[in-house]
Amino acid sequence: MIRFDQVYKRYPNGRDALAGVSFDIEAGELAFLTGHSGAGKSSILKLIALIERPTRGQVFINNQNTSAVKGRGIPKFRQLIGVVFQDHKLLHDRPVSENVALPLIVAGVPRREIDKRMRAALDQVGLLSKEKSRPLELSTGEQQRVGIARAIVAKPMLLIADEPTGNLDPELALEIMQLFKRLNDVGVTVLIATHDLQLIDHFAAQRIVLAEGRVV
Amino acid sequence: MKSALDAWLARHAQTLLGSLGRLVRHPLATAMTIAVIAVALALPLFFAVLLQNARIATANWNQAFELSVYLTQKADADRANALAKQLRARPDVAAVRLITADQALAEFRSSSGFGKALDALEGNPLPNTLIVTPTLAASTPGSTVALKTSIEAAADVETVQLDTEWVQRLNAMLDVMRRVLWLTAGLLGSSVVLVVGNTIRLDILNRRDEIEVMKLVGATDGFARRPFLYSGVWYGLGGGIGAVIVIAVAVAVLSRPLGRLAALYGSQFQLTGLRFGSIVRILGLSVALGWLGSWIAATRHIRAIEP
Repeated sequence: MIRFDQVYKRYPNGRDALAGVSFDIEAGELAFLTGHSGAGKSSILKLIALIERPTRGQVFINNQNTSAVKGRGIPKFRQLIGVVFQDHKLLHDRPVSENVALPLIVAGVPRREIDKRMRAALDQVGLLSKEKSRPLELSTGEQQRVGIARAIVAKPMLLIADEPTGNLDPELALEIMQLFKRLNDVGVTVLIATHDLQLIDHFAAQRIVLAEGRVV
Repeated sequence: MKSALDAWLARHAQTLLGSLGRLVRHPLATAMTIAVIAVALALPLFFAVLLQNARIATANWNQAFELSVYLTQKADADRANALAKQLRARPDVAAVRLITADQALAEFRSSSGFGKALDALEGNPLPNTLIVTPTLAASTPGSTVALKTSIEAAADVETVQLDTEWVQRLNAMLDVMRRVLWLTAGLLGSSVVLVVGNTIRLDILNRRDEIEVMKLVGATDGFARRPFLYSGVWYGLGGGIGAVIVIAVAVAVLSRPLGRLAALYGSQFQLTGLRFGSIVRILGLSVALGWLGSWIAATRHIRAIEP
């Protein structure tokens, strides 16, 4: 599902974030991306979501070389991937329902279908009752779950998450991780970047450990 | 297929109302923008209304031509009468009035105040004069000139004066004004595009995070642009309605004093405001300008926002 082949990433400020990274994640797998901050975790996720492009090397998603995805292909490509952000990236002036429905609205799904799938996604993260709330009325953990609901509402084949438990206390963090595990159990490929090694000890999963832009 | 179209229409309607709602939630900023657009549109429109009225008014004047036919000194009253009769028979002449030399002298004596000086003259220096009014059909500049030439050729005629120069000057002036109007309209029209464009640009910068998130979940540039295009349409429509109101008020304020002024000159002139067709065209144009401004700004700035 995800294959990195000798990927280098140098940012315009001259920093080398990735220096020859190669790894392979099979479809349906759960994988953790670990390492200290600055080790290149975020860069890898950004390359997958086409937020950044590799300086050298190739990234394959679902057997498609991402360097071939350009222009109008980018939105279509992103619709196939669910992304969860550490800072949630919710729209604070819109209710939870609209935040979760956003990927479906963007993809042009009919209204009736949208409501059904939006509720199903909220149900999966246990927030069906908060449908009409605004994101800022929710706790951080709840906001993170809204972000996850938004990431899974379009039934993506791949779910990536950048430090999804970074701001949560251990109990909530475990709850969120179990949520990802459940999603993985129903067949979604999940890649989670985290520095919380104790937390991921609870899960049997592939680990990709990064240090200074290399896989170790 | 039908349901896809329905969904598409529903989505657009939703975005249209959504962007209206957003504008209504910021009433002051929205009102300011609309007011600027309304003023920018009202200026050339008001000018156009005045010009239109000037054209209507002078259309009547064009038909008020008269030709002054001055006869030679040798032509006495009998010959003047004979010529008058001859001219009356022409199909392009509506009326001929004879002012005899004696009448002319008497009038000049009483109105000029040169009575004593005139007494010193031997005989009457003034000729017999015919005032010829062409028919309505023959009142175009071309046919009056033809009539003039034809009368000049007649015996006993010294000279024919056709006082059209001032009308030609007026028409030339109206032409210049019309050009000025187009230039002004062009300039102020582009200012509407710029005002809307700038407002939309600021709006986009304010909603940068939102656009980023939309793009992250797979929105195309076109999708992210749509609400801004509709905002531009609303700005244009609001500004157009504002301009029409401004013109209606201006016409209402001016029409009575102008009517009174015209009445003093013995004219039935009435200031004409905007007709329904013009209003529809103005609103269509202002919507188009708003759309254009937002399209330019949104296309550029949304493309620049990448997550």
